[in-house]
Amino acid sequence: MNKLPDTLPEQSFNKRQWQQRTVLSFVIFILAGAVAWTIFHRIKTAPADNGTPKPLRSVLNSNEAIFSAVFDSNRRVKEYPVSAAVKKVRVNGLEGMEDAVDEATWRLHVVKVNGDTLSLSMADIKKLPKKDIVFDFKCIEGWSQITHWGGVPLRTFMQAYGLNLERTMNYVGLQTPNKKYYVGIDMPSAVQEQTILCYEMNGASLPVDQGFPLRLIIPVKYGIKHLKRIGTMYFSNSKPPDYWAERGYDYYAGH
Amino acid sequence: MPTVVKKHPLAIRWFHWLNFPILLCMIWSGLLIYWANDVYRIRVGGKELFHFFPKGVYKALNVPYHLAEGMNWHFAFMWLFFVNGLLYVTFTVVSGQWRLLLPNRRSFREAWQVVLHDLHIKRTEPQFAKYNAAQRIAYTAVVVMGIGSLITGLSIYKPVQFQVLTSLCGGYEAARLEHFLLTLGYVLFFLIHIAQVIKTGWNNFQAMITGLEVIKPTTNEQTS
Repeated sequence: MNKLPDTLPEQSFNKRQWQQRTVLSFVIFILAGAVAWTIFHRIKTAPADNGTPKPLRSVLNSNEAIFSAVFDSNRRVKEYPVSAAVKKVRVNGLEGMEDAVDEATWRLHVVKVNGDTLSLSMADIKKLPKKDIVFDFKCIEGWSQITHWGGVPLRTFMQAYGLNLERTMNYVGLQTPNKKYYVGIDMPSAVQEQTILCYEMNGASLPVDQGFPLRLIIPVKYGIKHLKRIGTMYFSNSKPPDYWAERGYDYYAGH
Repeated sequence: MPTVVKKHPLAIRWFHWLNFPILLCMIWSGLLIYWANDVYRIRVGGKELFHFFPKGVYKALNVPYHLAEGMNWHFAFMWLFFVNGLLYVTFTVVSGQWRLLLPNRRSFREAWQVVLHDLHIKRTEPQFAKYNAAQRIAYTAVVVMGIGSLITGLSIYKPVQFQVLTSLCGGYEAARLEHFLLTLGYVLFFLIHIAQVIKTGWNNFQAMITGLEVIKPTTNEQTS
C-alpha cells in the first residue's frame, strides 16, 4: 500500500451492532438538531436589552471589550485628496434638528466634571486651529461616500478649553439642543486625531441638513455617531445614552 | 453480516453538521444587513436583468427593517463560523484527512470525467476511495471561500483596523461586493451539494451521520 490511502478501512459488524449504531447516530443527530433550533429560538425570543435580545447584546459588548483591548485606537483612517470628495453629500438623518437654528444665539454647552458649564459661541470654536479631512464616510446601512469636512479636532478643543480632567473620563456624551438625538462615544475614539467638531463641508459653511452650525465628524465610527447640531457635550465614566444603541444597534459602532 | 467501511471520522461529521446551521444563520443575517443597501444588480447594456433581491423574496423571508438584528446575529455567529472552520481545517491537517480532500495531480483532469459521468454523457467514472476528483475540488474550494469570507468580512467590519486587508480586497466597497459574491457561491454550492446527495442515495447520506458506509457486493469488488 502506498502513502495515499486508496481504500477506506473496513470494519465487520453483525446486523444487530450495525442497527444499534445507526439508530444511536440518528438519535444524536436529531437531538443535536433540536438543541440547535432551541438555542436559536431562545436567543431570538430572549428579553431585549436596548432593542436587541440580551444574549446578542452581551456578545456585542464582549466584542467591544475584546477589540478595544486588542486594537490600536490611534490608528488613522485613510485620507483622500480634496478632488476625490463628492459634491452631492447624502443626507440620511434629521433627528434632533426639528427646530430652527440661529448661529448668533446658538451656544455649545460643555458640562464639566466639576459641574461648571462652558457656554461657547461659534467664534470661540472657529478661533482654534482648523483641520480639513477627506475620508470615506461609512453609513451603518452599508453605503459609503468620500466627503470633505473642516473643523477643530476634538482633542485640540479639549486642550484649549482646559478639559483635562474630562479627558480622563471613559466617555463623551453629545446631545442636540432639543435633546432628541444623542450619542455616546468612548474617549479613545473621541480624542483620535481625526475626530473633529465640524463647521465646514466642501470648504463652505455646513448646510442646515448637515448639522449647521456644528456637528461631530468621527471617521473611526459609523455615521450614526456623527451627531449633527451639537447642543451639549458632557463626560461620564459610564455609557451615556445613545439614540441608535437604544434601538438595537451596537453601542461601539466603530471601525 | 454487512461489511462496512469507516467513511467519515466523528470529528468531521460534527464540524460538517455544526457548520450547516451556523452558515445558514450567517447567510440569513447577512441578507438582513444587505437589504439596508441592496445595490447589486445584473445589467446588460443598461437594461436591468435581475435585482438582488426582488421585493417578494424580502417579504417571504421577513427581511425588511431588521438591519440591527442582522448585524447582531452576524457579529455573534461569526465567532462560531470562524472557530468551527478553524477546527475543521486543523483536524484535516493533523489527522491526515487532507490527503483525501485536497485535489491532487490527477484531480483536474479527472474532475471533467466526473462531470461528464454525472451528466450521463459518459458511462464510467474514474476510480476513487472517498471523494472523487470533482468533490476534492469542490470541498477544497469551499474552504478557500470560507477564508475569503473571513478576509472580506473583516475588511468591511473593521476597515480602519484591518485597512491592509481592505486595500487587498480593492477597497471597502469592493470588499462588500466580494463578500456578497462569496455568499452567492455558498448558495450555489449548497444547491449542487443537495442535488448530488439526493442523486447518490441513502447509503451515502447516512454515512455522513453514522460515519459508516455499507459496501455492496458489486462495489466491494471495485474497491478491493
